[in-house]
Amino acid sequence: MFAQSNACRLFLSIRSMNDSNIPKVEMRRISKSFPGVVANDCIDLKLHKGEVLALLGENGAGKSTLMNILCGLYRPDQGEIYIDGQQVEIHSPRDAQKYGIGMVHQSFKLVDSMNVLENIILGLRNEPFVPDMKLVRKQLMELASQYHLSVDPDACIWQLSVGEQQRVEILKLLYRNAEVLILDEPTAVLTPQEAHELNRVIKTMKQEGKSAIFITHKMEEVIEFSDRVMVLQKGRVVAETPTSETSPKELARMMVGREVLFQIERKPYSPGKAILELSHIEALGDRGLPALKDLSFSLKAGEILGIAGVDGNGQRELAEVVTGLRKSTKGTLKIADKDMTNKSPLEIIREGVAHIPQDRASVGAVGDLSVASNLAMKQYRSKPLAQGIILLPKRIIDFARKLIDKFRIATPSPNTQVKFLSGGNVQKTILAREIGAARSLIIAVYPSRGLDVGATESVRRQLINMRDEGLGVLLFSEDLDELMQVSDRIAVIFEGRIMDIFDAENIDIEHIGMLMAGMKTEVY
Amino acid sequence: MRFVFEKRKATSISALILVPLISFAVSLCLTALLLTIFGADPLKTYSAMAIGAFGSLHGFAETLVKAIPLMMTGLGVAIAFQLKFWNIGAEGQLTLGGVAAAGVALFLEQYLPGPFLLVGALLGGLLAGALWAGIPAILKTSLNVDETLVTLMMNYIAILFSEYLYYGPWRDPKGYGFPGSRMFSSNAWLPRIVGRAHIGILIALFVALVLWFILRRTRWGFELQIIGASQQAARYQGVAVERNIVLAITLSGALCGLAGAFEVTGISHRLQQGLSIGYGYTAIIVAWMSQLNPLVIPFVAVALAALSVGGDQVQMIMGLPAAMGTVMQGLILFPMLAGSLFTEYRLLAVKDNKSNLPG
Amino acid sequence: MDFVTSILTITIRAGTSLTIATIGEIFTERTGILNLGVEGIMLMGALSAFTAVFYSHSIMLGILVAMVIGGLLALIHAFLTTTMRANQVVSGLSITLFGTGFSSFLGQRLGPESNNFRLVGLRAERILPFAPKWAKDIPILSAFLNQDIITYLVYLLIPLAWFFLYKTRPGLWLRSVGEDPYTADAMGIDVTKTRYFYTIIGGMLIALGGAHLSLSYTPGWSENITGGRGWIVIALVIFSMWNPARAVWGSLLFGGINAVQFRLQASGTSIPANFLNMLPYIGTIIVLVAITWWEALSKKVGAPAALGSSYMREEK
Repeated sequence: MFAQSNACRLFLSIRSMNDSNIPKVEMRRISKSFPGVVANDCIDLKLHKGEVLALLGENGAGKSTLMNILCGLYRPDQGEIYIDGQQVEIHSPRDAQKYGIGMVHQSFKLVDSMNVLENIILGLRNEPFVPDMKLVRKQLMELASQYHLSVDPDACIWQLSVGEQQRVEILKLLYRNAEVLILDEPTAVLTPQEAHELNRVIKTMKQEGKSAIFITHKMEEVIEFSDRVMVLQKGRVVAETPTSETSPKELARMMVGREVLFQIERKPYSPGKAILELSHIEALGDRGLPALKDLSFSLKAGEILGIAGVDGNGQRELAEVVTGLRKSTKGTLKIADKDMTNKSPLEIIREGVAHIPQDRASVGAVGDLSVASNLAMKQYRSKPLAQGIILLPKRIIDFARKLIDKFRIATPSPNTQVKFLSGGNVQKTILAREIGAARSLIIAVYPSRGLDVGATESVRRQLINMRDEGLGVLLFSEDLDELMQVSDRIAVIFEGRIMDIFDAENIDIEHIGMLMAGMKTEVY
Repeated sequence: MRFVFEKRKATSISALILVPLISFAVSLCLTALLLTIFGADPLKTYSAMAIGAFGSLHGFAETLVKAIPLMMTGLGVAIAFQLKFWNIGAEGQLTLGGVAAAGVALFLEQYLPGPFLLVGALLGGLLAGALWAGIPAILKTSLNVDETLVTLMMNYIAILFSEYLYYGPWRDPKGYGFPGSRMFSSNAWLPRIVGRAHIGILIALFVALVLWFILRRTRWGFELQIIGASQQAARYQGVAVERNIVLAITLSGALCGLAGAFEVTGISHRLQQGLSIGYGYTAIIVAWMSQLNPLVIPFVAVALAALSVGGDQVQMIMGLPAAMGTVMQGLILFPMLAGSLFTEYRLLAVKDNKSNLPG
Repeated sequence: MDFVTSILTITIRAGTSLTIATIGEIFTERTGILNLGVEGIMLMGALSAFTAVFYSHSIMLGILVAMVIGGLLALIHAFLTTTMRANQVVSGLSITLFGTGFSSFLGQRLGPESNNFRLVGLRAERILPFAPKWAKDIPILSAFLNQDIITYLVYLLIPLAWFFLYKTRPGLWLRSVGEDPYTADAMGIDVTKTRYFYTIIGGMLIALGGAHLSLSYTPGWSENITGGRGWIVIALVIFSMWNPARAVWGSLLFGGINAVQFRLQASGTSIPANFLNMLPYIGTIIVLVAITWWEALSKKVGAPAALGSSYMREEK
C-alpha cells in the first residue's frame, strides 16, 4: 500500500519519463445533465504529471460536476476518462482511489471526535484487524514531513483549525497513494497565512510527481498556485491557457464575458430616503471567525441593490444580521431611520421587513405543513387571519387562495403539504408570503437558485414590482445576468467586505468579475 | 435488480388507512396461530375478549378504567411529540402526579373543606407532573441535554420516591394486606359513573377537544406546529422557540400528572403499589398510533384498553394467560412501524443504475 | 467469609447480567441505534434459556437458545429502524411490550402438564458457581473467584469488548458509524450492515444477561424476574459513557445496591434503600448533563453523535 520500495518508485518514474507526453489524466467529451440543466457540455480536460491545473468559473459553471465525475461521485452521460493513457471506468470513490485520484471537498469528510490517526485509516480495507498504530504514525509523520504538512497525529479533529483539518484531508489522500489530488475551493476556509502554506504543499507535491486540479473562483489563487488554467462558463470550456500567458483581467473577461443584457422594464429610478443603513457592521460566523468586516452601505426606498459575490463570502451572515437572526459585534443597523441594531427577528418583522432565505427547503418553507400554513406564517398574529388568540381557518384559506392565484403557485390544493411541491413552487410560496407581508424592505438571498426559466422570470418580476411600489430590495445573487437585469445599483462582497458599489448604467462586467474574485482595483 | 424506496409525490391516503387495518389483521392472524399452537380456539378466544371488553356494562366500565389514563397520558405525550420532544417520562410524571394528589388528600384536609379537597388533589397532580416534565424541558432548551434519556431516568426516581412514601412515612399501619397509604377521606374521591369508571373520562374527552382546538385553531398551537416541523423556520418568523417548548412540555407533564391524580382519587383512593401498570409507556404507543391527533387518541386508547381487559377476561374464563392482550398489542405495532414508511415512500424494483441524482 | 467478601460476592453475581447486557447495548448504541427493547429481550432471554434447559437438561443449549431469541428480537428492531426508518423510540418500546407480554404468556403455557403448564416454581439445572480450592478462604479475592462460568466469561468479555472497540479496525468503523454516518459512508463503510450487525450482537448479549438471571442468579422463572433491570441497563450505558470498560462500575454499583437492599430490608429499614436505589439514576442524569455541558468532555467520551437519528443516504 503505502510502502512502495525505492526501487519500485525509481522504476515507475523512469517508465513515466518515457511516456511523459501521455497525460496523467484525460477526460474526453464529458457531458452530464441534470433535470433542467446541462452541467457539463462536451468538456475535454488534460492534466499532465506534475502539473497544477486551475478550474475557474462562476457558480453553476460546471466545475464541481466535472470533478465529481472524475472522483467517482457522478457518472457522465457521455465521454471517457483515461488515466495514464488507459481508458478507465470510475463508478465510485473507491474506483477513483484505485486509480490514484482523490478529492478534498469543501465540507471535510472527517469524524470530529476521533483523532487524526484514526481518521487517516478510516475505511481502509487492507489495514489489519488490529492496526499497528505505531506504524501508521511513523508512515504518517514521514508523509507529513515530506510534504511540509505539519500535523499532530493525536489531536482530535474538533480541536484542529480548519486549515489543519484540510491538511489531514490531504494527508489522507497521500496515505492512500493518490497521484492526482482534486481540491474544491481550497482557500475558501483558510487564512492568508494558511493559504501560503498550502501553496508550499502543492509545490512540494509537484516535485514529488503528483498532480493537482483545484476548483476556484479566486484570481489570486489561480495566479499563485496553477501552471495552467481552464475557464468554464455554463458547462462549456471557454478558454484554456498556461497561467503565465494570461493576466487577471483577461481571466475575468473569460470568466464572466457575455453580451450585455438589457434591464427588465421598470419605472424610472427615483429612489426615496434610505430605508436600510448599515454602518461599520462586524459580525462573526458560525465558527467564531469574522464573517463581516467593517461593512457599510445604504439601501434606498424604491431601489434594488444587488449584492454580487460568490457564495460563502458573507452573504448569509449579512442577511442574518439585517433580519435579526445574527448578532453584530460592532456597528449600527437602521431601518427607516429607526435604530434596529441587534433587535429580535420579531421586532424587525414588525417593521415590515421580509426575508427570502437562502435555505428554502427547510428554513424558508416548512415541508410538513400545508401551503396555506406556510403562507400564513408571517401574518397569523393579527387580523384578518386571527381574532385575538384564535385563528380563523376560513380566512386563512381565502388568504392562501388569493396568493396562490396571484403568484400562480401550482398546487393541488391549499392544504397540500409543501414537501410535495416542486422547487419552483416552493420558492413561489415563500415569495408570496414574504412579498405579501413586506412593507418597507425585502431581503432576497439567491431567490432564483435552482429554478427554471419561467419561475426565475416571475421572481425577478415580483422583485421589480416591489421596487416600483417604493420598497427597498436587497438582492443577493451569484448570477451576474440576474443582477444586471434587475438591480439599480450593484455592490460586490468579498470575504465579508463591500468592495465597491456601482450604478447600473456604469457597470463594467469585467471589473465586477475581478472584484468578486478578490482583485482590488488598485492592483492593475 | 435492487429494491429502492422512492419518495412519493403526495402522502398516500390509502396507506394511512390501510396500514393500521392490515397491521391489525396481521396481529389477529399471528395471534390466532399462537393460540392454535397452544390448543386454544382463536375465534372463541377473540369473541371472549370482545365480550369481556364491551359485552357487559361491567366489562365496558373496566375498559374505560384502563382507557382513561391512557387517554390522558397519550394526550400529554402527543403534545411533546408534536414538538419532536421525546418525552418518555410520562410514567414518572403520572406517578408523581399521583403522589402529589395523595399528599393533598391525606394532609391538607383541614385547609380544603368539602369538594375543594378533590380539586386541590387534582391540581396538585397537575403541578407535580408539570414540574417533573419541566425539568427535562429546561435541560433541553438551555443545555441541549438529550430528553429521551433524562425523562426515562426520571421515571425511576419518581417511582422509587413513591415507593418510599407508601412503604415508609405514609404507610397505613392497618395495611389491608396491600402496602400503601391510608385511604383518603371521601371528599377526595373522584365520583364514579359506572362500575369503577369515573368522571375522569369526561375530563379526558374534554381535554382531547381542547387540545385539538389549541393545536388547530389558536395562534399558539400554530406556533407549536411550526416549531415541531422546523425550529429554524420558526425562528425566522419570530417565534420564541425555547420558551414555547418549555411551556408545551410543561403542559404535557401536567396532563400526565393529572392522569396520576385520577388514578389515586378515582380508582384506588389511596397511594399504593400498582399505581401505574406501564401506562406511561403504552401512552407513547397510543400517541404514535393516533398520529398525534388528539381526536383519534381516545379511540386508540379505548382499543388498547380493550385488548388489555379482554386479555384479563380470557384469563378468567378460558385460563389463557392475560398477557395475550399485550402480545397482540406488540404484534399490531410491528407491521404498523414497518408500514409507516409506505405513507411517504413506495417500493420500486430498479435495474442497476445509470447516472446518479445530483447531490 | 467476612461481611465485605460476602457482599462483594453477591454484588458481582448480581452485576453479571447487568454487565453483559450493558456491553451489548453499548455496541448497539455505538452505531447510532437506540434500542429501548432491552427489558423485553432480557425477559425473553431468561424465559427461553430456562425452558430450553428444563426440557433438554443442557445448559449450553439454554444459553444458545437465549442468544438466538435475543438476536431475532434485535433483528426486528434493526429492520424496523434501519430499513423501514421507523421511529427508534417506538420500535424499541414495542419490542419491550411484546417481549414482556410474550414471555409472560409462554411462562404460563410452556410448562409441563404436571405444573399446570406453568414454568413458575419449577427447578432445572443451574449454573453453579465454582471456585479453586486455594482461593476459598482469601478475603476479597475469593469473592471474585467464587462465581459461575458466565461471570468468569464476563471477566474476559469486558477487556475484549474494550479492545475490540478501541483498538481494532472493525471497532474503529463501528465507532465512526455512530459518530458521523455520513463520513463513514463517504469512506466506504456500509452503515446499514454495521447497524444490523451490532444491533443483533447487542440483542444476543442482552438475552445472555437474561439467561444468567434464570439459570444462575434467581434461578428459575417468574414474571418479574428482571425487576426492571432492562431499564437500568439503558441508564448504565450512559453511566459508563459508552465505554465497555466502565460498564462494570455501574453494574457493580447497581448490582451492589440491589444486593445490599435485601440485607437492609431484613433489618426493617427500607427507607434508605429506596433513596440509595435512586442514586444511580440521579447519577446518570448528572453524567448526561455533564457530558452535554462540557463540550470538550462530550467529544472525548462521546455519546455517539448520531445516536437515535435515522440515517438516509439519499436525503443528503
